[in-house]
Amino acid sequence: MTPDHIEESGCQHASRRRFLKQSAAAAAIALAPGAVVKAAEKGLDETAAGYFEKAKLQITVNGTSHELSVEPRVTLLDLLRETLHLTGTKKGCDWGQCGACTVHIDGQRALSCLSLAVMQQGKQITTIEGLSTGETLHPMQEAFIRHDGFQCGYCTPGQIMSAVACVREGHAGSATEIREYMSGNICRCGAYPNIVDAIMDVKKTGGTL
Amino acid sequence: MIPFDYARPSTAKAAIDAVVRDKSARFIAGGSNLVDLMKRGVMTPEKIIDINALPLRGIARTGKTIRIRALTLNSAVAADPVITERLPLLAQALKAGASPQIRNMATVGGNLMQRTRCPYFYDTALPCNKRAPGSGCSALNGYNRMHAIIGFSESCIAVNPSDMNVALAALDATVIVQGPKGERHIPIADFHRLPGNTPQLDTNLQRDELITAVEIPDAPGFATTSLYTKVRDRASYAFALVSVAAALHIENGSIRDARLAMGGIAHKPWRLRRTEDYIRRQQPSIRLFNNAALADLKEARGHGHNNFKLVLAPNTIAQTLRTLAGLA
Ligand SMILES: Cc1cc2nc3c(=O)[nH]c(=O)nc-3n(C[C@H](O)[C@H](O)[C@H](O)COP(=O)(O)OP(=O)(O)OC[C@H]3O[C@@H](n4cnc5c(N)ncnc54)[C@H](O)[C@@H]3O)c2cc1C
Ligand code: SF4
Ligand code: FES
Ligand code: FES
Repeated sequence: MTPDHIEESGCQHASRRRFLKQSAAAAAIALAPGAVVKAAEKGLDETAAGYFEKAKLQITVNGTSHELSVEPRVTLLDLLRETLHLTGTKKGCDWGQCGACTVHIDGQRALSCLSLAVMQQGKQITTIEGLSTGETLHPMQEAFIRHDGFQCGYCTPGQIMSAVACVREGHAGSATEIREYMSGNICRCGAYPNIVDAIMDVKKTGGTL
Repeated sequence: MIPFDYARPSTAKAAIDAVVRDKSARFIAGGSNLVDLMKRGVMTPEKIIDINALPLRGIARTGKTIRIRALTLNSAVAADPVITERLPLLAQALKAGASPQIRNMATVGGNLMQRTRCPYFYDTALPCNKRAPGSGCSALNGYNRMHAIIGFSESCIAVNPSDMNVALAALDATVIVQGPKGERHIPIADFHRLPGNTPQLDTNLQRDELITAVEIPDAPGFATTSLYTKVRDRASYAFALVSVAAALHIENGSIRDARLAMGGIAHKPWRLRRTEDYIRRQQPSIRLFNNAALADLKEARGHGHNNFKLVLAPNTIAQTLRTLAGLA
Protein backbone atom coordinates (compact mmCIF):
# COMPACT_ATOMS: atom_id res chain seq x y z
CA MET A 1 0.00 0.00 0.00
CA THR A 2 1.45 3.37 -0.92
CA PRO A 3 1.34 6.32 1.47
CA ASP A 4 -1.37 7.87 -0.67
CA HIS A 5 -3.54 4.82 -0.31
CA ILE A 6 -3.28 4.98 3.44
CA GLU A 7 -4.10 8.65 3.34
CA GLU A 8 -7.20 8.18 1.25
CA SER A 9 -8.60 5.17 3.00
CA GLY A 10 -7.83 6.89 6.32
CA CYS A 11 -10.19 9.71 5.41
CA GLN A 12 -13.02 7.36 4.62
CA HIS A 13 -12.71 5.75 8.02
CA ALA A 14 -12.81 9.11 9.73
CA SER A 15 -16.10 10.07 8.17
CA ARG A 16 -17.59 6.64 8.83
CA ARG A 17 -16.54 6.96 12.43
CA ARG A 18 -18.00 10.42 12.81
CA PHE A 19 -21.26 9.16 11.38
CA LEU A 20 -21.35 6.27 13.84
CA LYS A 21 -20.52 8.55 16.71
CA GLN A 22 -23.14 11.12 15.81
CA SER A 23 -25.92 8.65 15.23
CA ALA A 24 -25.23 6.72 18.42
CA ALA A 25 -24.86 9.92 20.45
CA ALA A 26 -28.19 11.14 19.07
CA ALA A 27 -29.91 7.92 20.08
CA ALA A 28 -28.34 8.05 23.53
CA ILE A 29 -29.25 11.68 24.13
CA ALA A 30 -32.89 10.89 23.44
CA LEU A 31 -32.82 8.35 26.25
CA ALA A 32 -30.39 9.41 28.91
CA PRO A 33 -28.54 12.01 30.97
CA GLY A 34 -24.93 13.14 30.40
CA ALA A 35 -23.08 10.40 32.21
CA VAL A 36 -24.87 7.73 30.23
CA VAL A 37 -24.13 9.51 26.96
CA LYS A 38 -20.49 9.40 27.90
CA ALA A 39 -20.67 5.72 28.71
CA ALA A 40 -22.47 5.04 25.45
CA GLU A 41 -19.81 6.88 23.52
CA LYS A 42 -17.17 4.87 25.28
CA GLY A 43 -18.93 1.64 24.46
CA LEU A 44 -19.30 2.80 20.90
CA ASP A 45 -15.58 3.39 20.66
CA GLU A 46 -15.09 -0.30 21.29
CA THR A 47 -17.76 -1.34 18.79
CA ALA A 48 -16.54 1.18 16.25
CA ALA A 49 -13.11 -0.42 16.35
CA GLY A 50 -14.57 -3.23 14.25
CA TYR A 51 -15.49 -0.74 11.53
CA PHE A 52 -12.00 0.67 11.24
CA GLU A 53 -10.26 -0.89 8.32
CA LYS A 54 -6.90 -2.25 9.30
CA ALA A 55 -3.76 -0.90 7.69
CA LYS A 56 -1.33 -3.11 5.82
CA LEU A 57 2.09 -3.52 7.36
CA GLN A 58 5.26 -5.19 6.12
CA ILE A 59 7.67 -5.66 8.97
CA THR A 60 10.76 -7.86 9.41
CA VAL A 61 11.17 -9.36 12.85
CA ASN A 62 14.38 -11.27 13.67
CA GLY A 63 15.02 -11.76 9.97
CA THR A 64 11.53 -13.03 9.06
CA SER A 65 9.35 -10.80 6.91
CA HIS A 66 5.68 -10.52 7.85
CA GLU A 67 2.80 -9.13 5.82
CA LEU A 68 0.20 -8.12 8.36
CA SER A 69 -2.87 -6.03 8.66
CA VAL A 70 -3.07 -4.06 11.90
CA GLU A 71 -5.33 -1.65 13.68
CA PRO A 72 -3.53 1.71 13.96
CA ARG A 73 -3.79 1.69 17.77
CA VAL A 74 -1.79 -1.52 18.21
CA THR A 75 1.66 -0.90 19.67
CA LEU A 76 4.74 -2.68 18.40
CA LEU A 77 4.95 -4.36 21.83
CA ASP A 78 1.44 -5.82 21.56
CA LEU A 79 2.05 -6.85 17.96
CA LEU A 80 5.20 -8.75 18.97
CA ARG A 81 3.63 -10.42 21.98
CA GLU A 82 0.07 -11.03 20.91
CA THR A 83 0.16 -11.35 17.11
CA LEU A 84 3.62 -12.81 16.54
CA HIS A 85 3.70 -14.64 19.91
CA LEU A 86 7.21 -13.41 20.66
CA THR A 87 6.72 -13.03 24.40
CA GLY A 88 10.40 -12.48 25.23
CA THR A 89 9.87 -8.72 25.04
CA LYS A 90 8.22 -7.71 28.31
CA LYS A 91 5.53 -5.22 29.23
CA GLY A 92 6.51 -3.52 32.48
CA CYS A 93 4.80 -0.15 32.70
CA ASP A 94 3.41 0.28 29.14
CA TRP A 95 4.07 4.05 29.58
CA GLY A 96 7.69 4.40 28.50
CA GLN A 97 9.10 4.50 32.01
CA CYS A 98 10.83 1.14 32.66
CA GLY A 99 12.63 -0.07 29.52
CA ALA A 100 11.41 -3.68 29.78
CA CYS A 101 10.00 -3.45 26.24
CA THR A 102 13.28 -2.30 24.63
CA VAL A 103 13.86 -3.70 21.11
CA HIS A 104 16.09 -2.65 18.21
CA ILE A 105 14.39 -0.86 15.33
CA ASP A 106 16.70 -0.71 12.30
CA GLY A 107 19.53 -1.43 14.73
CA GLN A 108 18.71 1.34 17.22
CA ARG A 109 17.26 0.67 20.66
CA ALA A 110 13.74 2.02 21.18
CA LEU A 111 10.69 1.44 23.39
CA SER A 112 8.18 -0.85 21.72
CA CYS A 113 5.39 0.18 24.12
CA LEU A 114 5.39 3.77 22.80
CA SER A 115 5.86 2.77 19.15
CA LEU A 116 2.80 2.21 17.01
CA ALA A 117 3.16 -0.94 14.90
CA VAL A 118 1.62 0.75 11.86
CA MET A 119 4.47 3.31 11.91
CA GLN A 120 7.11 0.55 11.51
CA GLN A 121 6.37 -0.05 7.81
CA GLY A 122 9.44 -1.63 6.16
CA LYS A 123 11.49 -1.66 9.38
CA GLN A 124 13.78 -4.37 10.72
CA ILE A 125 13.00 -5.28 14.32
CA THR A 126 15.27 -7.35 16.57
CA THR A 127 13.94 -8.77 19.82
CA ILE A 128 15.62 -10.85 22.51
CA GLU A 129 14.58 -13.98 20.56
CA GLY A 130 16.66 -12.75 17.63
CA LEU A 131 19.97 -12.39 19.50
CA SER A 132 20.98 -16.01 19.82
CA THR A 133 21.90 -18.23 16.88
CA GLY A 134 20.27 -21.62 17.34
CA GLU A 135 21.46 -23.04 20.65
CA THR A 136 24.34 -20.57 20.90
CA LEU A 137 23.59 -17.64 23.18
CA HIS A 138 24.67 -14.12 22.35
CA PRO A 139 27.84 -13.01 24.25
CA MET A 140 25.73 -10.52 26.24
CA GLN A 141 23.32 -13.27 27.28
CA GLU A 142 26.29 -15.43 28.36
CA ALA A 143 27.73 -12.54 30.35
CA PHE A 144 24.43 -11.86 32.15
CA ILE A 145 24.37 -15.51 33.23
CA ARG A 146 28.05 -15.49 34.24
CA HIS A 147 27.65 -12.33 36.33
CA ASP A 148 24.24 -13.11 37.77
CA GLY A 149 22.84 -10.02 36.05
CA PHE A 150 19.26 -10.72 37.11
CA GLN A 151 17.07 -12.08 39.86
CA CYS A 152 13.42 -12.41 38.80
CA GLY A 153 14.41 -11.89 35.15
CA TYR A 154 11.48 -9.70 34.15
CA CYS A 155 13.58 -6.69 33.15
CA THR A 156 16.31 -8.87 31.62
CA PRO A 157 15.28 -9.00 27.93
CA GLY A 158 15.07 -5.20 27.91
CA GLN A 159 18.36 -4.90 29.82
CA ILE A 160 20.13 -7.18 27.36
CA MET A 161 18.77 -5.41 24.25
CA SER A 162 19.78 -2.11 25.80
CA ALA A 163 23.20 -3.47 26.84
CA VAL A 164 24.00 -4.70 23.33
CA ALA A 165 23.09 -1.26 21.95
CA CYS A 166 25.09 0.46 24.70
CA VAL A 167 28.27 -1.37 23.65
CA ARG A 168 27.60 -0.92 19.90
CA GLU A 169 27.01 2.82 20.37
CA GLY A 170 30.37 3.12 22.12
CA HIS A 171 28.82 4.13 25.44
CA ALA A 172 30.37 1.38 27.57
CA GLY A 173 33.72 3.07 28.22
CA SER A 174 33.50 3.03 32.02
CA ALA A 175 31.18 1.90 34.80
CA THR A 176 29.91 5.49 35.14
CA GLU A 177 29.18 5.76 31.42
CA ILE A 178 27.44 2.38 31.44
CA ARG A 179 25.24 3.43 34.36
CA GLU A 180 24.26 6.63 32.55
CA TYR A 181 23.53 4.88 29.25
CA MET A 182 21.64 2.01 30.94
CA SER A 183 19.51 4.39 33.03
CA GLY A 184 16.47 3.81 30.82
CA ASN A 185 16.20 0.23 32.09
CA ILE A 186 14.81 -0.09 35.59
CA CYS A 187 15.41 -3.27 37.62
CA ARG A 188 13.17 -3.71 40.65
CA CYS A 189 15.40 -6.50 41.93
CA GLY A 190 18.34 -4.12 41.96
CA ALA A 191 20.68 -6.28 39.88
CA TYR A 192 22.44 -3.13 38.67
CA PRO A 193 26.01 -3.85 39.90
CA ASN A 194 26.03 -7.25 38.19
CA ILE A 195 24.50 -5.84 35.02
CA VAL A 196 27.29 -3.25 34.86
CA ASP A 197 29.87 -6.03 35.42
CA ALA A 198 28.37 -8.12 32.62
CA ILE A 199 28.53 -5.21 30.18
CA MET A 200 32.10 -4.30 31.21
CA ASP A 201 33.06 -7.93 30.63
CA VAL A 202 31.58 -8.03 27.12
CA LYS A 203 33.20 -4.70 26.31
CA LYS A 204 36.58 -5.93 27.54
CA THR A 205 36.42 -9.21 25.65
CA GLY A 206 35.74 -7.15 22.54
CA GLY A 207 34.61 -8.80 19.35
CA THR A 208 31.68 -7.71 17.24
CA LEU A 209 28.27 -7.74 18.81
CA MET B 1 -6.59 3.67 23.44
CA ILE B 2 -9.62 4.73 21.49
CA PRO B 3 -9.52 3.70 17.84
CA PHE B 4 -8.23 6.24 15.37
CA ASP B 5 -7.34 6.55 11.74
CA TYR B 6 -3.87 6.74 10.36
CA ALA B 7 -2.28 8.51 7.41
CA ARG B 8 1.31 8.82 6.23
CA PRO B 9 1.51 11.68 3.75
CA SER B 10 4.74 12.24 1.84
CA THR B 11 4.71 16.02 1.51
CA ALA B 12 4.39 18.80 4.08
CA LYS B 13 1.49 20.24 2.11
CA ALA B 14 -0.46 16.97 2.24
CA ALA B 15 0.21 16.72 5.99
CA ILE B 16 -1.03 20.25 6.63
CA ASP B 17 -4.06 19.73 4.36
CA ALA B 18 -4.93 16.62 6.35
CA VAL B 19 -5.15 18.52 9.66
CA VAL B 20 -6.99 21.40 7.99
CA ARG B 21 -9.60 18.95 6.63
CA ASP B 22 -10.03 17.03 9.87
CA LYS B 23 -10.36 19.03 13.09
CA SER B 24 -9.64 15.99 15.26
CA ALA B 25 -6.40 15.09 13.45
CA ARG B 26 -2.94 15.52 14.98
CA PHE B 27 0.63 15.11 13.79
CA ILE B 28 2.74 12.32 15.24
CA ALA B 29 6.54 12.20 15.05
CA GLY B 30 8.38 9.89 17.49
CA GLY B 31 5.18 9.18 19.40
CA SER B 32 7.02 9.05 22.72
CA ASN B 33 4.74 11.68 24.26
CA LEU B 34 1.58 11.43 22.16
CA VAL B 35 1.17 7.63 22.34
CA ASP B 36 1.57 7.78 26.14
CA LEU B 37 -1.08 10.53 26.40
CA MET B 38 -3.42 8.67 24.02
CA LYS B 39 -3.13 5.45 26.02
CA ARG B 40 -4.22 7.30 29.13
CA GLY B 41 -7.07 9.12 27.39
CA VAL B 42 -5.52 12.55 27.99
CA MET B 43 -5.33 13.27 24.28
CA THR B 44 -7.86 11.65 21.97
CA PRO B 45 -7.17 12.51 18.31
CA GLU B 46 -9.39 10.55 15.94
CA LYS B 47 -6.80 10.61 13.22
CA ILE B 48 -3.05 10.74 13.42
CA ILE B 49 -0.91 12.12 10.65
CA ASP B 50 2.46 10.35 10.66
CA ILE B 51 4.98 12.93 9.46
CA ASN B 52 7.95 10.54 9.27
CA ALA B 53 7.80 10.28 5.47
CA LEU B 54 8.42 14.04 5.14
CA PRO B 55 11.95 15.11 4.16
CA LEU B 56 12.58 16.89 7.48
CA ARG B 57 15.77 15.33 8.83
CA GLY B 58 19.29 16.65 9.19
CA ILE B 59 21.46 19.51 10.42
CA ALA B 60 23.05 22.20 8.27
CA ARG B 61 25.30 25.18 8.92
CA THR B 62 24.25 28.04 6.73
CA GLY B 63 26.19 31.27 7.16
CA LYS B 64 25.46 32.60 10.61
CA THR B 65 22.93 30.01 11.72
CA ILE B 66 22.65 26.31 12.38
CA ARG B 67 19.44 24.76 11.13
CA ILE B 68 18.07 21.56 12.62
CA ARG B 69 15.15 20.04 10.79
CA ALA B 70 12.12 19.02 12.83
CA LEU B 71 12.33 15.23 12.52
CA THR B 72 15.99 14.98 13.51
CA LEU B 73 16.17 12.65 16.50
CA ASN B 74 17.25 13.99 19.88
CA SER B 75 20.04 11.35 19.93
CA ALA B 76 21.23 12.41 16.47
CA VAL B 77 21.33 16.10 17.40
CA ALA B 78 23.24 15.37 20.63
CA ALA B 79 25.87 13.35 18.74
CA ASP B 80 26.24 15.59 15.69
CA PRO B 81 29.77 17.08 15.35
CA VAL B 82 28.44 20.52 14.36
CA ILE B 83 26.33 20.60 17.52
CA THR B 84 28.92 19.19 19.93
CA GLU B 85 31.51 21.67 18.60
CA ARG B 86 29.46 24.82 18.09
CA LEU B 87 26.41 24.35 20.37
CA PRO B 88 27.62 22.03 23.15
CA LEU B 89 24.98 23.48 25.48
CA LEU B 90 22.24 21.98 23.31
CA ALA B 91 24.02 18.61 23.18
CA GLN B 92 24.37 18.60 26.99
CA ALA B 93 20.72 19.48 27.55
CA LEU B 94 19.54 16.76 25.17
CA LYS B 95 21.75 14.12 26.80
CA ALA B 96 20.37 15.11 30.20
CA GLY B 97 16.83 14.33 29.01
CA ALA B 98 14.92 11.04 29.11
CA SER B 99 16.83 7.79 28.32
CA PRO B 100 18.90 6.60 25.33
CA GLN B 101 15.91 4.60 24.03
CA ILE B 102 13.57 7.61 24.24
CA ARG B 103 16.14 9.96 22.69
CA ASN B 104 16.26 7.54 19.73
CA MET B 105 12.53 8.12 19.24
CA ALA B 106 12.09 11.77 20.28
CA THR B 107 12.29 14.41 17.55
CA VAL B 108 13.13 18.10 17.82
CA GLY B 109 9.57 19.11 16.81
CA GLY B 110 8.00 16.67 19.27
CA ASN B 111 10.28 17.82 22.08
CA LEU B 112 9.25 21.46 21.52
CA MET B 113 5.62 20.33 21.77
CA GLN B 114 5.87 17.84 24.65
CA ARG B 115 3.24 18.42 27.31
CA THR B 116 3.62 18.96 31.04
CA ARG B 117 4.25 16.02 33.39
CA CYS B 118 1.89 17.41 36.07
CA PRO B 119 0.42 14.17 37.52
CA TYR B 120 -3.10 15.66 37.60
CA PHE B 121 -2.90 16.44 33.90
CA TYR B 122 -2.34 12.71 33.35
CA ASP B 123 -5.10 11.60 35.76
CA THR B 124 -8.39 11.87 33.87
CA ALA B 125 -10.34 11.27 37.11
CA LEU B 126 -9.26 14.62 38.59
CA PRO B 127 -9.88 18.27 37.65
CA CYS B 128 -7.25 19.95 35.49
CA ASN B 129 -7.69 23.20 33.58
CA LYS B 130 -5.07 22.24 31.03
CA ARG B 131 -6.80 18.97 30.13
CA ALA B 132 -10.39 20.00 30.77
CA PRO B 133 -10.64 23.83 30.70
CA GLY B 134 -12.76 25.20 33.54
CA SER B 135 -12.61 22.07 35.70
CA GLY B 136 -10.11 23.56 38.17
CA CYS B 137 -6.47 23.04 39.05
CA SER B 138 -5.84 20.06 41.32
CA ALA B 139 -2.18 21.00 41.85
CA LEU B 140 -2.83 24.44 43.33
CA ASN B 141 -3.84 22.91 46.67
CA GLY B 142 -2.57 19.42 45.94
CA TYR B 143 0.83 17.80 45.70
CA ASN B 144 2.80 20.44 43.85
CA ARG B 145 6.44 19.57 44.48
CA MET B 146 7.36 19.63 40.76
CA HIS B 147 5.44 22.80 39.98
CA ALA B 148 6.17 26.41 39.02
CA ILE B 149 7.42 29.22 41.25
CA ILE B 150 7.19 31.93 38.59
CA GLY B 151 5.34 32.39 35.31
CA PHE B 152 2.21 30.58 36.54
CA SER B 153 -1.41 31.66 37.00
CA GLU B 154 -4.26 30.74 39.33
CA SER B 155 -5.51 28.53 36.47
CA CYS B 156 -2.37 26.42 36.16
CA ILE B 157 0.95 26.08 37.96
CA ALA B 158 2.48 23.42 35.70
CA VAL B 159 6.01 23.57 34.28
CA ASN B 160 7.34 22.84 30.82
CA PRO B 161 9.26 19.59 31.31
CA SER B 162 11.72 19.83 28.42
CA ASP B 163 15.49 20.11 28.82
CA MET B 164 16.06 20.93 25.15
CA ASN B 165 13.70 23.90 25.32
CA VAL B 166 15.77 25.50 28.09
CA ALA B 167 18.93 25.35 25.96
CA LEU B 168 17.01 26.68 22.93
CA ALA B 169 15.76 29.61 25.03
CA ALA B 170 19.30 30.47 26.14
CA LEU B 171 20.61 30.14 22.58
CA ASP B 172 18.00 32.50 21.05
CA ALA B 173 16.57 29.85 18.73
CA THR B 174 13.86 30.50 16.15
CA VAL B 175 11.15 27.95 15.40
CA ILE B 176 10.27 27.71 11.70
CA VAL B 177 6.74 26.60 10.99
CA GLN B 178 4.66 26.02 7.88
CA GLY B 179 0.90 26.44 7.71
CA PRO B 180 -1.83 26.72 5.10
CA LYS B 181 -0.85 30.38 4.58
CA GLY B 182 2.88 29.76 4.27
CA GLU B 183 5.94 29.92 6.48
CA ARG B 184 6.44 31.86 9.69
CA HIS B 185 9.39 32.30 12.04
CA ILE B 186 8.64 32.32 15.78
CA PRO B 187 11.35 33.40 18.23
CA ILE B 188 11.65 30.75 20.95
CA ALA B 189 10.68 33.33 23.60
CA ASP B 190 7.27 33.68 21.89
CA PHE B 191 6.79 30.00 21.08
CA HIS B 192 5.67 28.73 24.49
CA ARG B 193 2.90 30.55 26.35
CA LEU B 194 2.19 31.58 29.92
CA PRO B 195 -0.91 29.81 31.25
CA GLY B 196 -3.09 32.89 31.95
CA ASN B 197 -6.75 31.90 31.61
CA THR B 198 -6.03 29.48 28.78
CA PRO B 199 -3.67 26.83 30.18
CA GLN B 200 -4.96 24.36 27.58
CA LEU B 201 -2.72 26.21 25.08
CA ASP B 202 0.95 25.38 25.69
CA THR B 203 2.31 27.18 22.63
CA ASN B 204 1.44 29.77 20.00
CA LEU B 205 1.66 27.17 17.23
CA GLN B 206 -1.67 26.91 15.45
CA ARG B 207 -3.34 23.52 15.17
CA ASP B 208 -2.73 23.38 11.41
CA GLU B 209 0.89 24.50 11.54
CA LEU B 210 3.79 22.08 11.14
CA ILE B 211 7.19 22.74 12.72
CA THR B 212 9.74 22.25 9.95
CA ALA B 213 12.99 23.35 11.62
CA VAL B 214 14.72 25.16 14.44
CA GLU B 215 17.36 27.75 13.65
CA ILE B 216 20.05 28.77 16.13
CA PRO B 217 22.54 31.62 15.76
CA ASP B 218 26.09 30.30 15.39
CA ALA B 219 27.81 32.30 18.16
CA PRO B 220 31.23 30.68 18.63
CA GLY B 221 32.10 33.01 21.55
CA PHE B 222 29.73 31.00 23.75
CA ALA B 223 30.73 27.56 22.56
CA THR B 224 33.60 26.83 24.92
CA THR B 225 32.02 28.24 28.09
CA SER B 226 28.57 26.79 28.34
CA LEU B 227 26.98 24.42 30.79
CA TYR B 228 23.64 22.72 31.39
CA THR B 229 23.00 21.91 35.04
CA LYS B 230 20.06 19.64 35.82
CA VAL B 231 19.03 18.97 39.42
CA ARG B 232 16.82 15.91 39.81
CA ASP B 233 15.71 13.24 42.25
CA ARG B 234 17.98 10.53 40.83
CA ALA B 235 21.27 10.67 38.96
CA SER B 236 19.70 10.06 35.56
CA TYR B 237 16.38 9.43 33.78
CA ALA B 238 14.25 11.86 35.78
CA PHE B 239 12.65 15.18 34.95
CA ALA B 240 14.32 18.30 36.30
CA LEU B 241 13.42 19.82 39.64
CA VAL B 242 15.23 22.86 38.29
CA SER B 243 17.77 23.26 35.51
CA VAL B 244 19.99 26.04 34.19
CA ALA B 245 21.36 26.54 30.68
CA ALA B 246 24.21 29.02 30.74
CA ALA B 247 26.68 30.36 28.19
CA LEU B 248 29.27 33.00 28.99
CA HIS B 249 31.57 34.85 26.65
CA ILE B 250 34.53 35.81 28.84
CA GLU B 251 37.26 38.03 27.37
CA ASN B 252 40.27 39.50 29.19
CA GLY B 253 38.85 38.51 32.56
CA SER B 254 35.52 40.23 31.97
CA ILE B 255 32.12 38.86 31.02
CA ARG B 256 31.51 40.22 27.55
CA ASP B 257 28.15 38.59 27.11
CA ALA B 258 25.90 36.05 28.82
CA ARG B 259 22.91 33.87 27.93
CA LEU B 260 20.93 32.21 30.68
CA ALA B 261 17.67 30.29 30.88
CA MET B 262 16.04 28.13 33.47
CA GLY B 263 13.79 25.04 33.42
CA GLY B 264 11.53 23.50 36.06
CA ILE B 265 10.37 26.83 37.45
CA ALA B 266 7.77 28.14 34.98
CA HIS B 267 5.11 27.25 32.42
CA LYS B 268 7.70 28.01 29.71
CA PRO B 269 11.49 27.95 29.54
CA TRP B 270 12.45 31.01 31.59
CA ARG B 271 15.05 33.36 30.14
CA LEU B 272 17.05 35.09 32.91
CA ARG B 273 17.55 38.50 31.26
CA ARG B 274 18.00 40.49 34.47
CA THR B 275 20.72 38.13 35.62
CA GLU B 276 22.41 38.47 32.22
CA ASP B 277 22.33 42.29 32.51
CA TYR B 278 23.64 42.10 36.06
CA ILE B 279 26.81 40.22 35.13
CA ARG B 280 27.52 41.71 31.69
CA ARG B 281 30.78 43.72 31.57
CA GLN B 282 31.61 42.60 35.13
CA GLN B 283 34.50 40.58 36.48
CA PRO B 284 33.39 37.12 37.57
CA SER B 285 33.22 36.68 41.34
CA ILE B 286 31.28 34.51 43.75
CA ARG B 287 29.62 37.56 45.23
CA LEU B 288 28.58 38.89 41.83
CA PHE B 289 27.03 35.54 40.91
CA ASN B 290 25.22 35.10 44.23
CA ASN B 291 23.58 38.52 43.85
CA ALA B 292 22.89 38.11 40.14
CA ALA B 293 21.14 34.78 40.76
CA LEU B 294 18.31 36.56 42.61
CA ALA B 295 17.66 39.18 39.93
CA ASP B 296 15.05 37.23 37.95
CA LEU B 297 13.43 35.50 40.92
CA LYS B 298 12.13 38.51 42.86
CA GLU B 299 8.50 37.64 42.04
CA ALA B 300 8.96 33.91 42.70
CA ARG B 301 6.45 32.29 45.05
CA GLY B 302 6.05 28.71 46.26
CA HIS B 303 2.87 26.64 46.62
CA GLY B 304 3.82 24.53 49.62
CA HIS B 305 5.53 21.36 48.48
CA ASN B 306 7.72 23.25 46.03
CA ASN B 307 8.92 26.01 48.39
CA PHE B 308 12.36 24.41 48.34
CA LYS B 309 12.71 25.60 44.74
CA LEU B 310 12.86 29.19 46.02
CA VAL B 311 16.29 28.31 47.44
CA LEU B 312 17.32 25.64 44.95
CA ALA B 313 16.74 27.88 41.91
CA PRO B 314 19.12 30.74 42.78
CA ASN B 315 21.67 28.30 44.18
CA THR B 316 21.67 26.37 40.91
CA ILE B 317 22.12 29.58 38.88
CA ALA B 318 25.01 30.73 41.08
CA GLN B 319 26.69 27.35 41.08
CA THR B 320 26.45 27.05 37.29
CA LEU B 321 28.01 30.50 36.82
CA ARG B 322 30.78 29.73 39.34
CA THR B 323 31.63 26.49 37.55
CA LEU B 324 31.70 28.22 34.17
CA ALA B 325 34.00 30.97 35.43
CA GLY B 326 36.27 28.44 37.14
CA LEU B 327 35.38 29.66 40.65
CA ALA B 328 33.66 26.49 41.87
C1 LIG C 1 9.73 8.14 30.71
C2 LIG C 1 10.01 9.41 30.00
C3 LIG C 1 10.98 10.26 30.49
C4 LIG C 1 11.27 11.46 29.84
N1 LIG C 1 12.20 12.30 30.37
C5 LIG C 1 12.47 13.47 29.77
C6 LIG C 1 13.42 14.39 30.31
O1 LIG C 1 14.06 14.12 31.33
N2 LIG C 1 13.62 15.56 29.66
C7 LIG C 1 12.95 15.89 28.52
O2 LIG C 1 13.19 16.95 27.99
N3 LIG C 1 12.04 15.06 27.99
C8 LIG C 1 11.79 13.87 28.58
N4 LIG C 1 10.85 13.02 28.05
C9 LIG C 1 9.99 13.50 26.97
C10 LIG C 1 10.53 13.30 25.57
O3 LIG C 1 11.60 14.20 25.37
C11 LIG C 1 9.37 13.62 24.62
O4 LIG C 1 8.44 12.56 24.73
C12 LIG C 1 9.82 13.75 23.18
O5 LIG C 1 10.71 14.82 23.03
C13 LIG C 1 8.63 13.96 22.26
O6 LIG C 1 9.06 13.87 20.91
P1 LIG C 1 8.31 12.92 19.87
O7 LIG C 1 8.93 13.17 18.54
O8 LIG C 1 8.29 11.52 20.34
O9 LIG C 1 6.87 13.58 19.92
P2 LIG C 1 5.41 12.95 19.64
O10 LIG C 1 4.98 12.15 20.80
O11 LIG C 1 5.36 12.33 18.29
O12 LIG C 1 4.58 14.30 19.58
C14 LIG C 1 4.41 15.16 20.68
C15 LIG C 1 3.52 16.32 20.26
O13 LIG C 1 4.18 17.14 19.32
C16 LIG C 1 3.42 17.30 18.15
N5 LIG C 1 4.39 17.35 17.04
C17 LIG C 1 5.41 16.48 16.82
N6 LIG C 1 6.14 16.89 15.77
C18 LIG C 1 5.57 18.03 15.31
C19 LIG C 1 5.87 18.94 14.24
N7 LIG C 1 6.94 18.75 13.43
N8 LIG C 1 5.08 20.02 14.06
C20 LIG C 1 4.01 20.23 14.89
N9 LIG C 1 3.68 19.41 15.90
C21 LIG C 1 4.45 18.33 16.11
C22 LIG C 1 2.48 16.11 18.12
O14 LIG C 1 1.28 16.43 17.45
C23 LIG C 1 2.23 15.87 19.59
O15 LIG C 1 1.19 16.69 20.06
C24 LIG C 1 10.57 11.79 28.66
C25 LIG C 1 9.62 10.93 28.14
C26 LIG C 1 9.34 9.74 28.79
C27 LIG C 1 8.31 8.81 28.21
S1 SF4 D 1 -1.04 22.64 37.32
FE1 SF4 D 1 -1.94 22.86 35.27
S2 SF4 D 1 -1.68 20.81 34.44
FE2 SF4 D 1 -1.51 20.58 36.68
S3 SF4 D 1 -3.61 20.22 37.48
FE3 SF4 D 1 -3.28 22.42 37.50
S4 SF4 D 1 -4.17 23.05 35.54
FE4 SF4 D 1 -3.75 20.88 35.32
S1 FES E 1 6.88 -1.33 29.06
FE1 FES E 1 7.80 0.07 27.68
S2 FES E 1 8.98 1.29 28.99
FE2 FES E 1 7.89 0.05 30.40
S1 FES F 1 15.81 -8.93 37.61
FE1 FES F 1 13.90 -8.55 38.57
S2 FES F 1 13.40 -6.60 37.72
FE2 FES F 1 15.42 -6.84 37.09
